[in-house]
Amino acid sequence: MAPALRTIGLHKNFGGLVATADVSLTLEPGARHALIGPNGAGKTTFVNLLTGVLTPSAGRILLEGADITGESAHRRVRRGLARTFQINQLFRDLTPLETIGLAVSERQGTGRDWWRRVGTKGAVIGEIVAIAERFGLGDALEERTATLPYGKQRLLEIAIAFACRPRVLLLDEPAAGVPEAERHEILAAVAALPRDVAVLLIEHDMDLVFSFADRISVLVNGALFRDGTVEEIARDPAVRAVYLGEEADA
Amino acid sequence: MTIPHPPATRVTAALARRGRWRLPEVAFWALALAALFLLPGRYLILNEIAILALFALSLDLLLGYSGIVSLGHAAFFGLGAYTAGLLARHGVAEPVVGLFAAAGAAALVGFATSFLVLRGSDLTRIMVTIGVALVLGEIANRMAWLTGGADGLQGIVMGPVLGTFEFDLWGQTAYGYSLAVLFVLFLLARRIVHSPFGLSLCAIRDNPLRAAAVGIPVGGRLVAVYTLAAAYAGVAGALLAQTTQFVSLDVLEFHRSADVLLVLIIGGTGYLYGGIIGAVLFRLVQDELANLTPQYWYFWVGLILVVLVLVGRERVVATLAAPFAGLLRRFGRPVREA
Ligand SMILES: Nc1ncnc2c1ncn2[C@@H]1O[C@H](COP(=O)(O)OP(=O)(O)OP(=O)(O)O)[C@@H](O)[C@H]1O
Ligand SMILES: [Mg+2]
Repeated sequence: MAPALRTIGLHKNFGGLVATADVSLTLEPGARHALIGPNGAGKTTFVNLLTGVLTPSAGRILLEGADITGESAHRRVRRGLARTFQINQLFRDLTPLETIGLAVSERQGTGRDWWRRVGTKGAVIGEIVAIAERFGLGDALEERTATLPYGKQRLLEIAIAFACRPRVLLLDEPAAGVPEAERHEILAAVAALPRDVAVLLIEHDMDLVFSFADRISVLVNGALFRDGTVEEIARDPAVRAVYLGEEADA
Repeated sequence: MTIPHPPATRVTAALARRGRWRLPEVAFWALALAALFLLPGRYLILNEIAILALFALSLDLLLGYSGIVSLGHAAFFGLGAYTAGLLARHGVAEPVVGLFAAAGAAALVGFATSFLVLRGSDLTRIMVTIGVALVLGEIANRMAWLTGGADGLQGIVMGPVLGTFEFDLWGQTAYGYSLAVLFVLFLLARRIVHSPFGLSLCAIRDNPLRAAAVGIPVGGRLVAVYTLAAAYAGVAGALLAQTTQFVSLDVLEFHRSADVLLVLIIGGTGYLYGGIIGAVLFRLVQDELANLTPQYWYFWVGLILVVLVLVGRERVVATLAAPFAGLLRRFGRPVREA
């Protein structure tokens, strides 16, 4: 079986700055894989390359064996690659109901219907309700997204990525900036993701990383610094040095 | 006994609410129709308002629903006007045929130029759309053998609408015809913006990055709506050519693009009635101010524009029209405090 996601020598430079340096990384089907690294290591850039927001300077990206390096962002989503954003990217003037509905109907292939009214497809409605319940958004469905509490907005980020029914899900610091009291809700949602979806989690909180992941990749200065099981990474003195150095700075 | 609402029913109801007809809407169209019989002597201006409203409605599909700003929308208006004018001049007297031809021609050029506005910031889009309109204007000027150049396209003879309704001297048929076309195209636009396609346009307007990340083909959707808006503008231009039986280079000029943008800013974007309400206000104010100080019309336009943009339309409207704010909301105008 082909890996869920694979990069081969992925490279990106912004002018003179190398943000992604020759990264070859493999995500097995159903993996729980964490991507860690200090601030500015290139984690978000890596996700942007995978999802087609940025074009790599060199290298290839394979999704379930198929080369998607040149595909547009929305085609990658249709092929089963979805993501959340480190900084909320939501439809401010729409409601969570409309937002989830958009993702669902786009995946079901009815998103370009121009004659049918929104909300007249039972299959879409049913899925919206299920997703809203799963992510605890049932009460907020009809609010304007911009007015939702921050924690709910973070949940909506995950909910709409989930609504794309991905094979591979990239979560870029899903709990970033969420107050301590609301974190557990997000962590629970992440922990409850379906087992057959390969998840790549970017996260700074090491306790969370260790409890979630079975593999960890460490990115430093754009390059893959270490790649291994949780035990290997936890024991690795060089990784600890990078992180202790980080903490000493902070 | 109360029946509990299962979530699915609630969700369906919430979505259905978006597209429901509201009483003020019905009242508005009834009034517009009543004017056809109750306001003889005002048909010429009513006809102009209906045409301007359709033109602004077309721009609302771009700016209000898709977030594409254009300062060259007259390109399609003018193209439609010349298409309809030329057809009539060369023997196709049925106005409705002219409308379809104008829509087709404008859609074709809209489609071809849509790729220029897909990417880029608001500023690039403004420049590109101005550029396209300038090019068309110059082409029309150079092809004087066809368009009449600076003298305008004369000798347009229109047959009766649908072979039945003769155009009359007072403009009653003209207004009725323009109003009917506006209404039909409004219904179509209303249908479209409340469809999944229309909702995806709003998503692109709010956040193109996220839209692509949920699988919406942003480029394709924008090409589609740009083409559609061009067709709408083409029909508006055709109505002008047919009801005034004259086309001049003026239809392609910059001030037309600027006027229609101003109309839409006055009326508000993203609820379809903005262009229509804006057109009514704009023409009435234009008439009043032109009577007071005819030569200063553009002074006033400029002043209003600067005030609207600097102070913020929401606040100006809120101050001037506080009594009507509730009414506007009932037209379905979205409330968008930051
Ligand atoms: N569009 C861009 N243009 C130029 N430089 C960029 C761009 N995007 C990112 N960078 C740079 O690339 C480097 C990697 O940034 P990136 O956001 O990928 O880091 P990160 O690992 O996600 O950091 P954090 O943990 O803070 O989110 C940084 O030095 C950043 O300044
Ligand atoms: Mg980041």
